[in-house]
Amino acid sequence: MMALAQAKRAATEARLAALEIPAGGGWAARAREEALARLRETGLPARRDEYWRYTDPVALNAPAPEPAALFDPQEPMPFSEVDRLKVVFVDGVFDPEASDDLSMAGIEIERLAEAAARDIHWAKDLYGVLEARGQSPVPRPLAALNTAAATDGIVIRVTGKAPRPVALIYLHRSETSDAVLHHLVRVEEGAELTLLENGPAAARLNKVLEVDVADGGAFHHVRAQGRDHERRAATHIFARLGEKSVFKSFTLTVNGKLTRNETVIELTGDNAVAHVAGAALGDADFHHDDTVFITHDAVECESRQVFKKVLRNGAVGVFQGKILVRPGAQKTDGYQISQALLLDDDSQFLAKPELEIYADDVICSHGSTSGAIDETAMFYLRSRGVPRDEAQDLLVIAFLAEAIDEIDDEAIADDILARLQAWLARRRR
Amino acid sequence: MLEIRNLKVKLEEEDKQILKGVDLTVDAGTVHAIMGPNGSGKSTLSYVLAGREGYEVTEGSATLDGADLLEMEPEERAAAGLFLAFQYPVEIPGVGNMTFLRTAVNAQRKARGEEELSAGEFLKEIRARASMLKIDAEMLKRPVNVGFSGGEKKRNEILQMAMLQPKMCILDETDSGLDVDAMKLVAEGVNALRDEGRAFLVITHYQRLLDHIRPDVVHIMAGGRIVKTGGPELALEVENHGYADILQEVA
Repeated sequence: MMALAQAKRAATEARLAALEIPAGGGWAARAREEALARLRETGLPARRDEYWRYTDPVALNAPAPEPAALFDPQEPMPFSEVDRLKVVFVDGVFDPEASDDLSMAGIEIERLAEAAARDIHWAKDLYGVLEARGQSPVPRPLAALNTAAATDGIVIRVTGKAPRPVALIYLHRSETSDAVLHHLVRVEEGAELTLLENGPAAARLNKVLEVDVADGGAFHHVRAQGRDHERRAATHIFARLGEKSVFKSFTLTVNGKLTRNETVIELTGDNAVAHVAGAALGDADFHHDDTVFITHDAVECESRQVFKKVLRNGAVGVFQGKILVRPGAQKTDGYQISQALLLDDDSQFLAKPELEIYADDVICSHGSTSGAIDETAMFYLRSRGVPRDEAQDLLVIAFLAEAIDEIDDEAIADDILARLQAWLARRRR
Repeated sequence: MLEIRNLKVKLEEEDKQILKGVDLTVDAGTVHAIMGPNGSGKSTLSYVLAGREGYEVTEGSATLDGADLLEMEPEERAAAGLFLAFQYPVEIPGVGNMTFLRTAVNAQRKARGEEELSAGEFLKEIRARASMLKIDAEMLKRPVNVGFSGGEKKRNEILQMAMLQPKMCILDETDSGLDVDAMKLVAEGVNALRDEGRAFLVITHYQRLLDHIRPDVVHIMAGGRIVKTGGPELALEVENHGYADILQEVA
C-alpha cells in the first residue's frame, strides 16, 4: 500500500509541478486551493483504483501530453445547420474573434476569468462545488485537478428560455496542446438551455462541466467529440437537479485514442428527470470509457442511462454505470442499458453495471450485453437485395437507435445520425 | 424460369442429408405448389434457393433463367429476381419498415443498373401497394415486423414482394398463423401480382391456401424428394385423405 501511495504521490506531484495554477485572488483562488487539497488527498488515478481497472490513466496523468496529429475531417462541422450562438476555443483558449457576440436574451455568458475577477458572482457557489460533492463515494481526481488548474472556460446563467442553443466549439490547431477547460451552467427556475459541444479541443483535453438546474429548469446537452484519431480526453459532467427539472445529455464519440467521459448526477428535487446517453464508434486504436454515477436523493425521480458502442479492429469500450438510490428516494424509476456491438473477434467490451438501493418502493432495471451482428436479420435484409455492407450498416444504426432517440431535438438528432452514417460509409470503401 | 436438377443438400453442421435429389421446373406465368408433411425438406428447399447459410449443396443445380443461383450471394439472387416470403418474417428493431423497403428497392435497381427511385416516386408506389394490403402509414413507419401480428407480418412480406417485383416468388408457408380473412387478403395480394412473366412456388401444408391461390401444378414432397406431381386435384386428394395414402402409393 505504501509503495502505491508513494507512486501516486509522485505522479501527482510531477503533474502539479508542470501545471501553472492561474493567478488571481478572491473566491476562485480559494476554490482552486481547495481542489488542490482534494487532489493531493486522493492522488491522481491509478490502474489499481476501483474505477480505473479498465482504463489506463497514465496518458491522462502525464505532466505533458503525447502529441496528437491534426486531422481535417473534410466535412461540415457538427451542428452547422443549427442556428446557434458560437463560442469558440482554440486549443483550449477562448477565441473572441471567432466567437459570436455573447449577448443573448434570457442568458448571461461570461468567460470564467471575468467571473473569477469579481468579488460577488453567482459562479462562486458553483465553481468546484458540484465537483467536490461528486468526489464521494468515488474519487474523481482528474476533475479536482481541473478545478485547481483550469485555464479557461465559460460560465452561463440562464434566466429564461434561451432562444437558441449555445454551441461550444473546440478547435485543435497545435499537435501538443493540453487544454484544461472548466464550464459552469446555472439554469434558474423554469429556465431552459440547450448546450452543444463539438470538436477535439486539443491533443489532450481535461474538461469539467458543472450544471446546476433549479426547480422546473431544463438542460439539454448534445456533444460530438472530435474525429481526431490521436486525441485524448478526460471529461466530467457534474449535475445537480432541482424539483421537476430535466437534464438530458447525449454524446457521440467517433475515433480518438482515449476518451473517458464521466457523468455524475444528483437528483435532489422531487420529480426530476435525468437522461444520459452515448453512442461510441471505434475502429482499431480506440479506447472509450463511459463512467456514470447517478444518485437519487428525492422521490419520484426518473433516470435513464443508454450507452451503445460499436467496436471493430481491436477497439475497446468500457462502461461503468451506477444507480444509487438513497434512503427515502421512493418511487425512483431507474433504467440503465449498456450494449456493445462487436464487429469482429478482436474488439472488447468491459462493463460494470451497479445498482445500490436503500429505498423499498423503487423500479430499477439494468442490462448489459455484447454481441455480434444478428445473422438472421442479416440474411433477411440480404434476401431482399440489400448488399452485406449496407445491411450491416442498417443493423448498426438500428443498434444505436435507442441512444440517438434520447436526443429530443429532431434536427440535432438528424445531424448526429448523419455523422454515424458517414463514419460507417467511410469504412465501406 | 426456375430449373432445379437433382439437388442434394445437407446441413453444414451435421452430416444430415435433407434434400435427396430434387427435380423441379417452374415456367414463367405458372403457379406451382409444393405440399408435404413436416420435415420433408420444403422449407430447406426455399432457404437453399434464397442462399441462407448453414446448408451445403452436395450435388445438383438450381438456375434462374439460366443463371446459376447457387453461385450467387443472397442479394444477387434477389436482384436477379428471386424472392422468398419467409415463414417466420424476421423482426428488426431500429430499422424502419419504409427505410428498409426503400433501401432494398434501390439496392436492387442499382444492382441491375437502373436509376434509383426518388423519395417521391417511392412514396407514391408504396402507398398504393400498401393500401391494397390494408397496411396503414403507421405500420410502414414502425420497425420492420416489430410488434406486428402474424397476419401483419405476412402482409408485410407480400408488400415487399409487390414493391420488389420479383419474377420468381417463393412463398414459404405463408398461410401459417393466418385466419381466413388474413389469408384472403394475402392471397389477393399474391393474385394481383400474377402475370405472364412471373412464376410462383407456393409451399404449404394445407390445401386451403390453394383455394385462394389456384395452382397450375401441385407437387408432393416427402423425404427430401418430389414424389408426386399433378394438377390442382392432387391438393384436394391431400385434403381428403392426408399424405399417408399418397406416400404409400409411391413407396
